[in-house]
Amino acid sequence: MQKHTVVKILLIFSLVFTTGNLFAKESEKKENEGEGGLKERIKEFIDHHLQDSYDFTLFSDEEANKHYGFPLPVILWDNGLKVFSSSKFHHGETVAEVDGNYYKLYHSKIYKTDASGTINYDEDHHATNAKPLDFSITKNVVSMLLISLLMFFMFRSLAKSYKKNNGIPTGVGRFLEPLVLFIRDDIAIPNIGEHKYKKYMSFLLTVFFFIWFLNLLGMTPLGVNVTGNIAVTFALALIVFLITNLTANKNYWGHIFWMPGVPTFMKVVLAPIELLGVFIKPFSLMIRLYANMTAGHVVLMSIIGMIFLFKNWIGGPLSFGLAFALSILELLVAALQAYIFTMLSALYFGMANEEAHH
Amino acid sequence: MEIPGIVGAGLIVIGAGIGIGRIGGQAMDAIARQPEASGKIQTAMLIAAALIEGIGFAALFAS
Repeated sequence: MQKHTVVKILLIFSLVFTTGNLFAKESEKKENEGEGGLKERIKEFIDHHLQDSYDFTLFSDEEANKHYGFPLPVILWDNGLKVFSSSKFHHGETVAEVDGNYYKLYHSKIYKTDASGTINYDEDHHATNAKPLDFSITKNVVSMLLISLLMFFMFRSLAKSYKKNNGIPTGVGRFLEPLVLFIRDDIAIPNIGEHKYKKYMSFLLTVFFFIWFLNLLGMTPLGVNVTGNIAVTFALALIVFLITNLTANKNYWGHIFWMPGVPTFMKVVLAPIELLGVFIKPFSLMIRLYANMTAGHVVLMSIIGMIFLFKNWIGGPLSFGLAFALSILELLVAALQAYIFTMLSALYFGMANEEAHH
Repeated sequence: MEIPGIVGAGLIVIGAGIGIGRIGGQAMDAIARQPEASGKIQTAMLIAAALIEGIGFAALFAS
């Protein structure tokens, strides 16, 4: 009985996610140019989707050149704090004037310009205009804040239900409790050890649910791509790097700089390699999550784009079926990547805390 | 004659594919022999696959 409900819920979820995805993108790519132009436009669309943006566009009407969504605050530090709404950019079409300074969006980045919005280029066609320090609440930041709030309320209700109900969770807690236990029993304890796993649990749980929910948010028609942004994964990996190295014990550093149990010559050879490994480990975490999510988004959107390239009765359903199957695979990948990230973090923490065995 | 970088990336992806295929296959074998250890085998399999995948992605980005 229970198994059936789980299957049903999964089915409904995947239907909502996949069809939502399709409709969102379908409406934006209606198009009647030649094939070459269409290919270019699909590519442009995908590139645009992968990038962060200063406004939250839900969908756009290309023929009327209208974008539907809401603007987000832009916060710049340029000889003083400048705060204004991103609606002043008009999606990069106009120059925003703030306290006598002019800013322009160029390739999704803010540059300081003169009143007419001139962008100067060097010989490689890179803009040479000054870039102000940017602390804007972008689309990615909004998504992360949203997920943080969601997580806060979900886990608060889990904690509250324990108190109220003699340690038995209710509501959303019934869904979360097995996952929390899974992370404790199958990830933290086997990798870090019975005695020390507790101080890492808060980080492991946070990072698992944060990545997983963000990955799932990327599957919705909102069109956000947070975990496919290398800056986000860099920050996550940096935290893992700091925790690993700041909580490491003497034995861990001993294994890096003076590997016990090998000849002296090998100790000298191994030290630089091991030292490099300290940086490669979090680096691979960063690249893995970023590349997996980016690749997933690109492939999925390319297959959806094929509907508009084929424009016939065979190609359309074929692309639809492929996109549907791939979306289900992406749901799996979303959970798998969160699991792998947490798993490898736990593994690194475990390495940093290993006791010497004689 | 200059060989484009994408060829190297392709070669590495072939290698990574063979690697992940072997890991998956061997894990299947291992689970068939010792079904009671399937949890541990799965974990080890995923870690090894993730490490190889990292190399594959590195190649894709380097090309």
